Amino acid sequence: MAKNTSHSGLSPRKVTKETLIYLFLGIWALINLFPLYWMFTFSLKSNKEIHGDNIIGLPKNWLWSNYETAIKNGHIFETFKNSAVIAIITIVIVMFVSLMATFALTRFVWKGRKTMNKFFMLGLTIPVHVAIVPLYISFSKLNMLDTIWALIIPYAAFSLAMAIMVCTGFMQSIPIELDEAACIDGCGTWRIFFTIICPLMKPAVATVSIYTFLQCWNELMFATIFMNKIKTLPVGVQALHGKYLVEWGPIGAAMVLATFPMLIFYIILSRKIQDSFIAGAIKG
Amino acid sequence: MKKLYSNKLTICLFLLPAILLFVGVLVAPIVMSLYYSFFDWDGISSTKTFVGFNNYKEMFTDDTINMGLALKNTCILALLSVVIQLPLSLFLALLLAKGRKGERGFLSVYFMPVLISTVVIGQLWMKIYNPDYGILNVALRSLGLEKWTRIWLGDKKTALWAAFVPTLWQYVGYHMLLLYAGVKSVPPEYREAAMIDGAREGQINRYIIIPYIKPILKISVIFAVTGSFKSFDLIYVLTNGGPAGATQVPSTRMIELLFTRNRYGMGSAIATVLIVMCFVAALLIGFFFREKED
Repeated sequence: MAKNTSHSGLSPRKVTKETLIYLFLGIWALINLFPLYWMFTFSLKSNKEIHGDNIIGLPKNWLWSNYETAIKNGHIFETFKNSAVIAIITIVIVMFVSLMATFALTRFVWKGRKTMNKFFMLGLTIPVHVAIVPLYISFSKLNMLDTIWALIIPYAAFSLAMAIMVCTGFMQSIPIELDEAACIDGCGTWRIFFTIICPLMKPAVATVSIYTFLQCWNELMFATIFMNKIKTLPVGVQALHGKYLVEWGPIGAAMVLATFPMLIFYIILSRKIQDSFIAGAIKG
Repeated sequence: MKKLYSNKLTICLFLLPAILLFVGVLVAPIVMSLYYSFFDWDGISSTKTFVGFNNYKEMFTDDTINMGLALKNTCILALLSVVIQLPLSLFLALLLAKGRKGERGFLSVYFMPVLISTVVIGQLWMKIYNPDYGILNVALRSLGLEKWTRIWLGDKKTALWAAFVPTLWQYVGYHMLLLYAGVKSVPPEYREAAMIDGAREGQINRYIIIPYIKPILKISVIFAVTGSFKSFDLIYVLTNGGPAGATQVPSTRMIELLFTRNRYGMGSAIATVLIVMCFVAALLIGFFFREKED
């Protein structure tokens, strides 16, 4: 870059400044990574090592049995599966509902569509908590507590505002001429929606899916209160904490199992995931 | 075409699922919470006693609820987020967005904690804070700073700070990413023009970049403040409000009132207070930034 070449004749003062900056960046990176490294190592240690012999080093004996314990007693795979099922169904619902709503809000011409859009955007500031009492009462009356729908419905509703916001940005950039051409060829609204618009919304689908996924994957409050037999991953990890107050190994193993698949996924898709967060916040 | 895109029935059909979901899960519960908040009700019995604004009064006068303290704590958390978390994020974003070697790498590392479940973060920091074996106290001891060691989460003086640090750790990356994207969107000509005029790095940041990214700063501030008002997961995992209410926030108190003390009316009153706080904060922040722009 042009700027870098102008820096090539650096004065000693600038060199120290740059070194300090990199030192700072490096230290902050270490602060971000070290707890994860520590978590990984203590998940493979015995209490004896964690509590004195070998606090921050790599494990001397790699105790994979901690993982066995976590998987067996914490039902980690089962909770993992529950979380995944809930997240996937939520994403499908959010996508479908938000694409339809966005289609009506951006393509159709009608009075009050701006107001309607603002109405949906209220969802961005409303805290999740407010819904908990009325939802709890309604779900218990409908016998829906402890079913996956007790989580899917609120999760979908709370991701909706963000999804509509992101989809609006993308859909507005699709030229209206495409619709017109399709219309002349004799397509009705539903066919335009499904065969022209939806396939072109792939980037928005990716963005919204990632965002929604993380929202419901990590949620704790509803998952603790509405569910009893069907546990999600965060609840499973939390429950394990009560069982292993003294033994650190198994709980560490559960934490690693809950975290590392996500991190691997992130390392592969980091750019895409970052972009989805940026789009989610900035399109507003 | 025009005829196709103004069919009222089709509009309704396309909007229907979203409206049902939105009204059913967000709007109706707000109205219901407001309604319940005027009653004394255990959630099970069919009789609700109308008590007017008593719940709102009682939450401040009853020492076992002590909403004043919870509000104070949540405001401290919000303030800390704005004055510590955001400047740090902005600083990192400015450093990285200049186009340094390895910026994407640093960015990716800093964003990692955002993806980790709050439960895991809470559990992990509980281990870090563990008075006997946690790395914090162990590190202090090995540096010969024995007297600085604390029962971080169990000491009334340090608990709230100790609960704030994991939040900071988790969300700096998030705010940094937003601000980074903002700084990157500043047209490079602006920076070049300022450099030709002899502006120094600090001046460029202060007079060109920061004013340019004000809309994103606004979003960051709103997210940081309303996020603190909503904070539940971390506090619930780390301290559940303890010790002696030192880290109690409205949401943890609300859950306790609802599901261990069966006071649905009071819980709903707290929920209502929370909604009002979030809206007022969002409006005030919006207003504050608008004034500045003019």
